[in-house]
Amino acid sequence: MTVVEDQPTKVIGTPMLRREDPALLTGEAKFTNDLHIPGALHLAVLRSPYAHARITSVDVSAAAGQPGVVAAYSGADLQDLWAAPMPCAWPVTPDMKNPPHFPVAVSKACYAGDGVAVVLATSEAAAQDALGAIDVQYEPLPVVIDLEDSLSDRVVIHESEGTNKSYTWELKIGEDAVDAAFANAAHSVKKRYIQQRLIPMAMEPRAVAAIPQPYGGGMTLYSATQIPHILKIMTALTLGLSEHQVRVVAPSVGGGFGSKLNVYAEELLCVALARKHGVPVRWNEERSEGSQATIQGRGQIQDIELAADENGKLTALRVRLIADMGAYLQLVTPGIPLLGAFLYAGVYDLPAAYDFSCTAVFTNMTPTDAYRGAGRPEATYAIERTIDALAGEMGIDPMELRKRNFVQAEQFPYTAFSGLVYDSGNHLAAAEKAAELADYEGVRARQQTQNVEGATKRLGIGVSSYFEMCGLAPSRVLASLNYGAGGWEAATVRVLPTNKVQVVTGSTPHGQGHETSWSMIVADKLGVPPEDVEVLHSDTAISPIGLDTYGSRSLAVGGVAIDMACDRIIDKARKIAAHQLECAEEDLDWGQGVFGVRGTPESSMPLAAVAFGAFTGHNLPDGMEPNLEAHVHYDPPNFSWPFGTHICVVEVDTETGGVDVQKYVAVDDCGVQINPLIVNGQVHGGVVQGIAQALFEEAVYDEDGNLKTGTMTEYLVPAASDVPPITTDHTVTPSPTNALGVKGIGEAGTIGAAPAVINAVVDALSGLGVTDVPMPASPHNVWQAIQAATGGTQ
Amino acid sequence: MRIQVTVNGTAHESEVEDRTLLVHYIREALGLTGTNIGCDTSSCGACTIHVDGESVKSCTMLAAQADGADIMTIEGLASGGELHPMQRAFQENHGLQCGFCTPGMVMASVGLLEEIPNPTEEQVRIGLEGNLCRCTGYHNIVLSVLACAKGGSA
Repeated sequence: MTVVEDQPTKVIGTPMLRREDPALLTGEAKFTNDLHIPGALHLAVLRSPYAHARITSVDVSAAAGQPGVVAAYSGADLQDLWAAPMPCAWPVTPDMKNPPHFPVAVSKACYAGDGVAVVLATSEAAAQDALGAIDVQYEPLPVVIDLEDSLSDRVVIHESEGTNKSYTWELKIGEDAVDAAFANAAHSVKKRYIQQRLIPMAMEPRAVAAIPQPYGGGMTLYSATQIPHILKIMTALTLGLSEHQVRVVAPSVGGGFGSKLNVYAEELLCVALARKHGVPVRWNEERSEGSQATIQGRGQIQDIELAADENGKLTALRVRLIADMGAYLQLVTPGIPLLGAFLYAGVYDLPAAYDFSCTAVFTNMTPTDAYRGAGRPEATYAIERTIDALAGEMGIDPMELRKRNFVQAEQFPYTAFSGLVYDSGNHLAAAEKAAELADYEGVRARQQTQNVEGATKRLGIGVSSYFEMCGLAPSRVLASLNYGAGGWEAATVRVLPTNKVQVVTGSTPHGQGHETSWSMIVADKLGVPPEDVEVLHSDTAISPIGLDTYGSRSLAVGGVAIDMACDRIIDKARKIAAHQLECAEEDLDWGQGVFGVRGTPESSMPLAAVAFGAFTGHNLPDGMEPNLEAHVHYDPPNFSWPFGTHICVVEVDTETGGVDVQKYVAVDDCGVQINPLIVNGQVHGGVVQGIAQALFEEAVYDEDGNLKTGTMTEYLVPAASDVPPITTDHTVTPSPTNALGVKGIGEAGTIGAAPAVINAVVDALSGLGVTDVPMPASPHNVWQAIQAATGGTQ
Repeated sequence: MRIQVTVNGTAHESEVEDRTLLVHYIREALGLTGTNIGCDTSSCGACTIHVDGESVKSCTMLAAQADGADIMTIEGLASGGELHPMQRAFQENHGLQCGFCTPGMVMASVGLLEEIPNPTEEQVRIGLEGNLCRCTGYHNIVLSVLACAKGGSA
């Protein structure tokens, strides 16, 4: 038989159906709230109705006497359970203010929803009922929700810190060059954009269950989390437990989008109270409770200033951010703006003239943290809106201005102004493909006839080209940003005696289909059918080492680790095969799961025989350990840099302010695709989350700090009837960073979408003098923008 | 009060509190946890089931109101180890990601095709507007329903 090293891939690249689906489709999958836990007590949390108030007294005695109630506690009652405050793992500057934050507030409530007391009862209803019997006396304090107002320190939220400013972080490259570029700019634009706060609204509310183990004081923590590994470490540190006393399991998890990338009060409370009472304790978040108690996203004021030469070639960029931390710093709250800091030049060839500064402030609102894209959608929005503004000022087509500034295909790998290396790309190809699919020129022509004087239905087309820095992340880069952990991922691959393959991954799926994709990688690599590959994850007893799922890292880091582990399996198997076939390793060809002796077709050994031989250990090379098993901890040498161009076509009704998205085209390049079905699904969902920010969603607070959009009737998560079908296509520019050639795709849609939509809305209204529309571009906001631009004449 | 219901073909007689929602009865008394709870305002549709053949958000009914009803939950849809055509269409068209909205979405989709056997894309989008999904952007859910209506995969 003839076998060659480079077999064409058989499974990678095919739209294989997901193995995860049957359990989810039939209701057999178990989410945390579905677990049957006999004897569990139910936790309920009383939350402050005030956004800022001193707690003068808490009396839980009446609640403690209610039917079914086992115990009720104030924050002060629980204080000795905490070995440390709740964790923030990203101290971005040495002098960053990080006020102590405990699972239940003791002396002050700092946002509406801050926990002030808890009840444990034998049923969820009894626990909820008893909350009403807790008597808390508050002394309301003045509230700050406006970021610039907060910076004035008119009201200081955390007296111990003396200021509402948490930190200022800067990235200044060529300061003199920036000044010179602006002084000599043929064109410059200066814009302010507001990134409204968003509520992530994963469909599964959070849920937690802590179960004491029968011996040894250990605890199993089930949680609807994206990060069982990080949660395990942080739970141990915060509660003063040994790390090995905590096992964390993430069962089926119903979406996260960053909101389950955290260490939450309720997780710590369930563990602490289960230990204290010696019985299981569980908590299920209600949706409106979660709107306050789960992190929110975005929340930035962006001032961006762009200088360009007479041809529109960018010469310098200046960015000033004010970032809303909310009331406290959660796990990675302060780092979110930094993830955007490197992307304000987008896909453009900016010289070393960049001046970025971010000031982070506390407010009396729910803490912010990572939400799909985390800093990068914000950055992309600012640059892509500003490029359109510059094109408008120069009187040229925004697509043409983009083409003049793209980093060109031949410039890759491209060392950016920031020193980061963009590994591969072809922006022009993606943009031209998107323009063709969107009929860019045709829409421009239709605008000439449709957007005439007096027209009330105006056509607009908007472009957004993005570069995404994901696949978090090279550990040394994280170190330079003061992040408290590394960015590697762990993988174990073992070939079992019967040639079935077991994969243990440190990445933690919550809807992404890892089991399917990882089995495809292994199938091609080891020449086994995908159904023979078992993928284990999300339980720290099975997968003890890992860094979990966020930042579009699972495939580009975790998947690559699995691929590398397979390489090591093959290396060892080759030694065994050479030994047993009595030939030199170099004389063996490997392919389709078989080692063959080159030139001796009758002499071969399938992986199944090698695996069984490795298991028996009867005939291995001297000194070799039995079994085929490999562990890899892969630290990526670079980020992964997906890119693409999205184009949105809208029709805006100038009489109602209504925006009708007529067409949405997404051309994305995530390098080699393992499973195009899953890639397109990620794009669809991401795009709709971006459209949602552009048109529908906003966490609205009143001046007293009350969240006015805390339920799904007020917070407009789009329904099927609110959004268009998405036209997806791809270019494929493999990543040179990893052997699979892959990049991430989980956040790309969200990053590309919002600016494409708003650019389209503004384009539709440009004939009326409208130059900006705030997000969400609701009918009200659009209509107001039209009125402001036309002086009410429309 | 005491109620009698038939759920997925099995008769049950149970004592329920007056305030118990049907969804809580199904999940907690019967242990059928495929029906999910995603909100507290009857907005999300994750708890959609069939009551006497009609799609119903089971958080909008008291268990007491279901006395005498014939109920089907997601657990009753597949039969003999075979996925229902709608379940198969969702898998074949990648109409689910995290799967939390999926039981309700599938039940609502089955109900939709019973009302409109050959819907247009727009009819599917409007017909499912009571069921929210955060992962898929609805694109593949709509394809799934249209494929099921055509009696095959996309």
